[in-house]
Amino acid sequence: MALHLRSSSSSKSTLLNILRHNLGFGSRSHVTRHIRQILPHDPPLRGSQNPISRLCNTMAEPETLSSFVQHEYANNHQVMDFPGGKVAFTPEIQFISESDKERVPCYRVLDDNGQLITNSQFVQVSEEVAVKIYSDMVTLQIMDNIFYEAQRQGRLSFYATAIGEEAINIASAAALTPQDVIFPQYREPGVLLWRGFTLQEFANQCFGNKSDYGKGRQMPVHYGSNKLNYFTVSATIATQLPNAVGAAYSLKMDKKDACAVTYFGDGGTSEGDFHAALNFAAVMEAPVLFICRNNGWAISTPTSDQFRSDGVVVKGRAYGIRSIRVDGNDALAMYSAVHTAREMAIREQRPILIEALTYRVGHHSTSDDSTRYRSAGEIEWWNKARNPLSRFRTWIESNGWWSDKTESDLRSRIKKEMLEALRVAEKTEKPNLQNMFSDVYDVPPSNLREQELLVRQTINSHPQDYPSDVPL
Amino acid sequence: MSSIIHGAGAATTTLSTFNSVDSKKLFVAPSRTNLSVRSQRYIVAGSDASKKSFGSGLRVRHSQKLIPNAVATKEADTSASTGHELLLFEALQEGLEEEMDRDPHVCVMGEDVGHYGGSYKVTKGLADKFGDLRVLDTPICENAFTGMGIGAAMTGLRPVIEGMNMGFLLLAFNQISNNCGMLHYTSGGQFTIPVVIRGPGGVGRQLGAEHSQRLESYFQSIPGIQMVACSTPYNAKGLMKAAIRSENPVILFEHVLLYNLKEKIPDEDYICNLEEAEMVRPGEHITILTYSRMRYHVMQAAKTLVNKGYDPEVIDIRSLKPFDLHTIGNSVKKTHRVLIVEECMRTGGIGASLTAAINENFHDYLDAPVMCLSSQDVPTPYAGTLEEWTVVQPAQIVTAVEQLCQ
Repeated sequence: MALHLRSSSSSKSTLLNILRHNLGFGSRSHVTRHIRQILPHDPPLRGSQNPISRLCNTMAEPETLSSFVQHEYANNHQVMDFPGGKVAFTPEIQFISESDKERVPCYRVLDDNGQLITNSQFVQVSEEVAVKIYSDMVTLQIMDNIFYEAQRQGRLSFYATAIGEEAINIASAAALTPQDVIFPQYREPGVLLWRGFTLQEFANQCFGNKSDYGKGRQMPVHYGSNKLNYFTVSATIATQLPNAVGAAYSLKMDKKDACAVTYFGDGGTSEGDFHAALNFAAVMEAPVLFICRNNGWAISTPTSDQFRSDGVVVKGRAYGIRSIRVDGNDALAMYSAVHTAREMAIREQRPILIEALTYRVGHHSTSDDSTRYRSAGEIEWWNKARNPLSRFRTWIESNGWWSDKTESDLRSRIKKEMLEALRVAEKTEKPNLQNMFSDVYDVPPSNLREQELLVRQTINSHPQDYPSDVPL
Repeated sequence: MSSIIHGAGAATTTLSTFNSVDSKKLFVAPSRTNLSVRSQRYIVAGSDASKKSFGSGLRVRHSQKLIPNAVATKEADTSASTGHELLLFEALQEGLEEEMDRDPHVCVMGEDVGHYGGSYKVTKGLADKFGDLRVLDTPICENAFTGMGIGAAMTGLRPVIEGMNMGFLLLAFNQISNNCGMLHYTSGGQFTIPVVIRGPGGVGRQLGAEHSQRLESYFQSIPGIQMVACSTPYNAKGLMKAAIRSENPVILFEHVLLYNLKEKIPDEDYICNLEEAEMVRPGEHITILTYSRMRYHVMQAAKTLVNKGYDPEVIDIRSLKPFDLHTIGNSVKKTHRVLIVEECMRTGGIGASLTAAINENFHDYLDAPVMCLSSQDVPTPYAGTLEEWTVVQPAQIVTAVEQLCQ
């Protein structure tokens, strides 16, 4: 189980290469892996703090304190022990540059036209998985469009689409196992879709009816499903990152063959929770994947106003976290990256940061009109030239796994299902008023019971002021 | 009086007066032992206190004589009680250790809780016994490790999150309010968050403004959480255990100055009901509601009041959210006068909410307006003399009672 990681010896380029797999670890039978190319490996990191045995601190041995250890470096450097390990001195006044001359390259496997790039490394997918990935991407796209239109028509109160990010959603989910726990932001319904959440269940949550697992308490797109290991969306940005680290810690304690996976956007990386969570995950050696959907915009804030680093991938190194930048609109690359990262995370019990570059084609939400802060041309270009669906479709068609007929069949079927799901969800009764007061605690305390009584009394005396579609 | 409150030197000596007060001994004349209300039932040592819904949180011994002075020397206790004596922080540690033994999902996380044993030694020895993973030292970010605890709780663990000082948990407010309090509700009951968030708070001995905060007033509005405050080794252990076993998120408020209180507690397993108040001293003339450290100031004042002929009923409310309006109500109906003594600030404190609740629910039974003694709305000064005057002193309590009972 050799670990091959090359970090460049020069500070100029930080090229991160794919590692060699250990075949057979947690493998799923229908996926075979062909990672080629082995790279020379670094010596192991010094002083790795294993949280299991952490009693020794890095006190220098007495001898090295009283005399310098002389090492013959090219520039006659000296080395000294500090808390944290040995550090070489330099007589030159050198600042680490705020950015590298070249940006971190982005891993991709399919080119803009959906052709496989020669000599690309990727994890092979079977026809079954590839077709499911593509079908789910199409389903997600149709679902988003129909829900969005429904909101515009006044049938839904609110919606947020994931248009343009279907590959991130579906391909990353495909690379995980059902035991991996997901902590989403709010633009990842595709992960739920992959795991088996039905269109009806999505619609139920959006309409907040009595079949909603959230019992109608949250706004649309705040899905959650404990049986699918998808933790309920909490609207606050980046608060799910420390939660994911905690879940990873729990999995580590139970020694489970699973990891925690959390998603967030470029804007979320400015929150304090992002930095703290990455730091914690590194120190705890927690098996968690941090997947950043860098889609260029945080509502109206472009990434140039969000951070001044080379995107998000370089931030991983600051916390001691292995990172990779991926083309988020390349489903095959996303799949390979997440698959590899997951194995690394569980086998080596470490966090991994994945920056998926993509574009938010839709508005931030139905409360936003993004043409006010960006050009319609830019949106159109990404939707046409960089569309994740068309690229992947080209590839699966080239393998003979897809055709125009299957496409149109799928689209019409999904559209019908969606419209039916909408219709049913709209007509389904809302949850009972009692659900306003239950689940605040495990058992409603006296003050809540009292307050419920007061509400019911008010409704009794003013029935005309009370909505008619909420049962009592 | 000030010499009692401000003993010089280390915390162990300043509370020497309180150390010897056995909080379970009531200042009760024998004729008052026939109180039949549920929560005032007297349970003798050795009862099976695992009945959660019972008034089992109260332990009182009948063998009473009036303790005339504050500095009671601990006489050789030859009564038939078993039990062992320990300090409050040891009681917390014992409770925590017992729960960790009982349930492998219970874990601890916080700053310096591992081999350092915690800043107030509540987690001392636990890392050696349970390992570094189960007693986790975290980097310094309260929001992050509180968030971590919540995520771990949603995946099946039962974390006990320690804030080194409650004031630091202001940094965790986002996670506590938005995720801890809400996620059980917004997920439709799919995910439970059985965390315990605990730590020392309150005004200490010249710790400065930032380290003398009363977080209970800021947290009391958050829906979905429960808040309890311990004040004696007995209820500290009982509340700690009950909080860990509860499926709701519970915030356990300890007080920096109470960690060295000594008391004898039972050997057998027991818990204290999280929603119950504790009857410290039954009386007839006035109800004094208090919690945490102020309980001792009230009991100090109670001695003076008894000598002056008053008969105060002292209740340690213990449960800050929700209030135990049953016990409180019964008391109000009996005495018709209420004095609240708290360490929170005047504006928006626990006392303010309690005043509102009592006025709303028991207005007809009151012979006088509810009076509330609180700290002033100022940051706690560092200067010892000024700090003493931000906290309610026994003399003020005596004056207030005299005023109310005219």
